[in-house]
Amino acid sequence: MTTDRTPSSLSPLAALPHISRRHAVAALAASSAVPALAQFRVEIKGVGLTQRPIAIVPFRGEAQSPQKISAIVQADLERSGEFLGIDASGVALDESTRPDLAQWREKKADSLASGSITRLGDGRYDIRFRLWDLVNGQDLGGQSFVVTEGDLRLVAHRIADYIYQKLTGERGIFSTRIAYVTKAGTRFSLWVADADGENAQSALSSPEPIISPAWSPTGGQLAYVSFESRKPVVYVHDVSSGRRRLIANFRGSNSAPAWSPDGRTLAVTLSRDGGSQLYLIDAAGGEPRRLMQSSGIDTEPTFSSDGRSIYFVSDRGGAPQIYRVPASGGNAERVTFTGSYNISPAVSADGQWLAYISRIGGAFKLQVMDLKSGSVTAVTDTSADENPSFAPNSKLIVYASQQQGREALMTTTLDGRIKARLAGKSGDIREPDWGPFQKQ
Amino acid sequence: MNAKLKRVSLALAITALMAGCSSGVKLEDAPVEDRGATSTPGNGGTTGNPNISGVAPVNLDGSARDGAGPVGVARIVYFDYDSYVIKGEFQSVLDAHARFIKASPNRKVMIEGHTDDRGGREYNLALGQKRAEAVRRALGLLGVPDSQMEAVSFGKEKPAVQGSTEDAHAQNRRAELSYR
Repeated sequence: MTTDRTPSSLSPLAALPHISRRHAVAALAASSAVPALAQFRVEIKGVGLTQRPIAIVPFRGEAQSPQKISAIVQADLERSGEFLGIDASGVALDESTRPDLAQWREKKADSLASGSITRLGDGRYDIRFRLWDLVNGQDLGGQSFVVTEGDLRLVAHRIADYIYQKLTGERGIFSTRIAYVTKAGTRFSLWVADADGENAQSALSSPEPIISPAWSPTGGQLAYVSFESRKPVVYVHDVSSGRRRLIANFRGSNSAPAWSPDGRTLAVTLSRDGGSQLYLIDAAGGEPRRLMQSSGIDTEPTFSSDGRSIYFVSDRGGAPQIYRVPASGGNAERVTFTGSYNISPAVSADGQWLAYISRIGGAFKLQVMDLKSGSVTAVTDTSADENPSFAPNSKLIVYASQQQGREALMTTTLDGRIKARLAGKSGDIREPDWGPFQKQ
Repeated sequence: MNAKLKRVSLALAITALMAGCSSGVKLEDAPVEDRGATSTPGNGGTTGNPNISGVAPVNLDGSARDGAGPVGVARIVYFDYDSYVIKGEFQSVLDAHARFIKASPNRKVMIEGHTDDRGGREYNLALGQKRAEAVRRALGLLGVPDSQMEAVSFGKEKPAVQGSTEDAHAQNRRAELSYR
């Protein structure tokens, strides 16, 4: 173990001498631990990417812990497209020891995170880490957590968020959640999973289809369409309690729920007055207000992040295209002009990007439009893309696609260069919706 | 532990409690003498779950079952690609259903529109709705009261047959009449 124990650089922990001693002993014991392997596949395309090389050292005590914290952190950072993981397997280092700068510079790492995980007497876990800028030899701080086993992955994601924010200046999205739907046999399930697709927990299981889950702006509730009563109706579901409320169960079909950014209103598609048309409905329930009157199909509403406009799909011009209308109603303006089938709009939180699906020569492909310039980029080479949803930091998109004939959830950077296939439950997997930032 | 450190620890504990137990505490501030200061109850964040990322599962069973329709009469109307027009060959089927529904004011028919599996789920739901409403209008022309019909859509969610062949697509573009 090459540890430079300069007391001044360790001032925060110098106040914790007994902890440091204990760690030093344990670190030696852990040095023979089998390194955790990242279990995620990240596909990187293109050259000339500037990625920050970072070493995430296996946490001391990790080999005995139920979650390999360092592997989760590294996979998170790599999936963002902005980091390159540097092999740190077999290294023994924790938050109380200063890394050997020369050694890590040789390995071309610009930064390093190390830490420890300790099981407490009451069964919970104490997790600590520290981040280092290896180029300047600077201690970038760290955090400690005490959690139950069920929240260990959340802690790993929070650590990745900390690192991401320290090194890029932007907020990380690793501790957010993704909702998606699977079909296994004849059973449909709505899942709430970590942003890497892992740790999926069932929110709803039904013999009838579930589609269009949409996170409330606070991340506590999901609106979705359930066919459990043999017709599409819209529910709002509190995920931590399982309590459900019927929001739209009118005559005909009720679908495509979208939350206003203040969480007070849902836009929905109803056919109660004939045809599929857009309505606004109070999140507490009540009588829907018709947003517009059109001769054709209007559906798939989604609010802009400032709440002022609603993007939606309409075939009023003969073929489905994406339009935008003031949230108070009024004249709709067309947004997509290329191609004859553009659906499933999603707007980034920063208001700059529109993601949607375009049918191009029989293939359904994810497109990203720069709303300022109107320029459009195809970001995938797959042919059955569905249902894009932005990460709350506007840097990644999750979408459903097909790989080797099986449905899969993918994330991509907005330029399409970095893609990752998310882990997920078995069975066909679809309808991802990326949740908001969680309260820290 | 001195009073000041105790106050800091308490503040940290409250912060952690308010934010849920997995909230990070700056490592520099992590109290060591009193480890309990950063410890919060395991179920601090949510009700009924041992951790703050917990989700309470809801399981639904058994769909509603169909009632009986007219004996010996088909219950499915098929549509051409990208079409919402009822073909002449299904007129006699709709005639028989119209007679059956009108024979009793208690009968209620759900007209369920479906599409093939190409395209988006919500847009297909709207297309299936167009098919269901085409059948509803046709039955209305045959004298069936609106109160005895409801047109709904399953979009591409409930294909009659699996697969992406032309034949499978044709069998999935349909409206089904189901009695409740």
